Amino acid sequence: MKLNYYPGCTMKNHAKNFEDSAIGALKKLDIEVVEIPRWNCCGTVYSLATDDLMHHVAPIRNLLRVKEMEDTSDDVMTLCSMCYNTLKRSNERVKREPDSLKVINDLMYREDIKYEGDVGVFHLLEFLRDKFSFDAIEDKVVKPLDGLKVASYYGCTLLRPKEVGFDDEEDPTIMEDLVTALGAEAVDFPQRTECCGSYQTVNKPDVVAERTNTIVGSAQHEGADVIVVSCPLCAFNLDRRQKEAAKLNPDLKQTPILYFTQLMAIALGCEEDEVRLDLHHIDPNPMLGEKGLVG
Amino acid sequence: MRINISKNRTEGDFVGRVEKISGQNLLSCYQCGKCTAGCPIVSEMDLTPSQVIRYAQLGIDEDLMESKAIWLCASSFTCNVRCPKGVKIAEIFEALRLVLLRQRKDHLDINAIPKETLAELPPIALISSMRKFTS
Repeated sequence: MKLNYYPGCTMKNHAKNFEDSAIGALKKLDIEVVEIPRWNCCGTVYSLATDDLMHHVAPIRNLLRVKEMEDTSDDVMTLCSMCYNTLKRSNERVKREPDSLKVINDLMYREDIKYEGDVGVFHLLEFLRDKFSFDAIEDKVVKPLDGLKVASYYGCTLLRPKEVGFDDEEDPTIMEDLVTALGAEAVDFPQRTECCGSYQTVNKPDVVAERTNTIVGSAQHEGADVIVVSCPLCAFNLDRRQKEAAKLNPDLKQTPILYFTQLMAIALGCEEDEVRLDLHHIDPNPMLGEKGLVG
Repeated sequence: MRINISKNRTEGDFVGRVEKISGQNLLSCYQCGKCTAGCPIVSEMDLTPSQVIRYAQLGIDEDLMESKAIWLCASSFTCNVRCPKGVKIAEIFEALRLVLLRQRKDHLDINAIPKETLAELPPIALISSMRKFTS
């Protein structure tokens, strides 16, 4: 099976561990990832203004690239939650507003084809649950994550707003269901759908440190060994900002932050160069080594 | 605190502009405060989300344009999914920022951020921050 894939800006640098582990894990499921050609940054945030069509050109142009691909389906998968949200919402908007689509196509007048709102956008988690099934993943697990307590952190853009969320926005289960299929113990914690502070990390790192303290502290209180995420910005904030959070709260113990695909890669028996545990601020190796999952 | 309200303000250009950019009817809000109760950043804000909406309804533009709250919003959409009236609060915050950004009153000066900090930040952080805070 082939899966068209839109990476986005951070997947080739800070979140290379997300991409490599996803490609590696999907290979074990006999799924080949096909990167869409000539993709551009989606803009990371969906423009919320009624009169700002220019900022929908970037996401919609990526969907044109999917249309241009030969011998593939007209669907595209993302790993990054923010890319998912931006591509999906722009797509839903042009489907709903033919006049807006016309303006956006006019702005892209040098493209060979026009966009018609006919590409499907989905997130990898959604694909694995609905098109592949977590039971089928469980059958392929070679190294069950026995004894690993995993807190699933959803953040904002996978679940909100409702028109793009693929699980209950207040009480989601998709990530817990996945990590359970991998043999881990899912840990419930009240902060799992709360915002990490997002882009405030650039000029208000103190605000993000406070959010990190609350979120990581909450997961820790419930006994989590690790927190899994699906967004490179959540990952950066919860991982990097633990340093500042520890100054706010000396009792905060350092907790590794992993992408859900890295746990999949471990459980499905991928090599070290696919699991990529080398790009983290808080080294997950000692904890995973203690559990007998690496090394 | 004394606030002067007048028809000139509530029916003025500012209210109309915010409603047009956000696509929201400001008077749909009946001030239940659920947006404020759930906002992850409210403790940092000088005006709470429901106060921001109330000021916008009344056309008190000076206070809104000087507020820290509109720039502290992280667009988590927690308020939007919980509003019992279906008001899209995040869209109203975006409209308030855009009123300033469209006058080139930027909130973020990327040149003022130290090089080491810039090098450490992932593209996703820089791009989203610039999209929200610069014109």
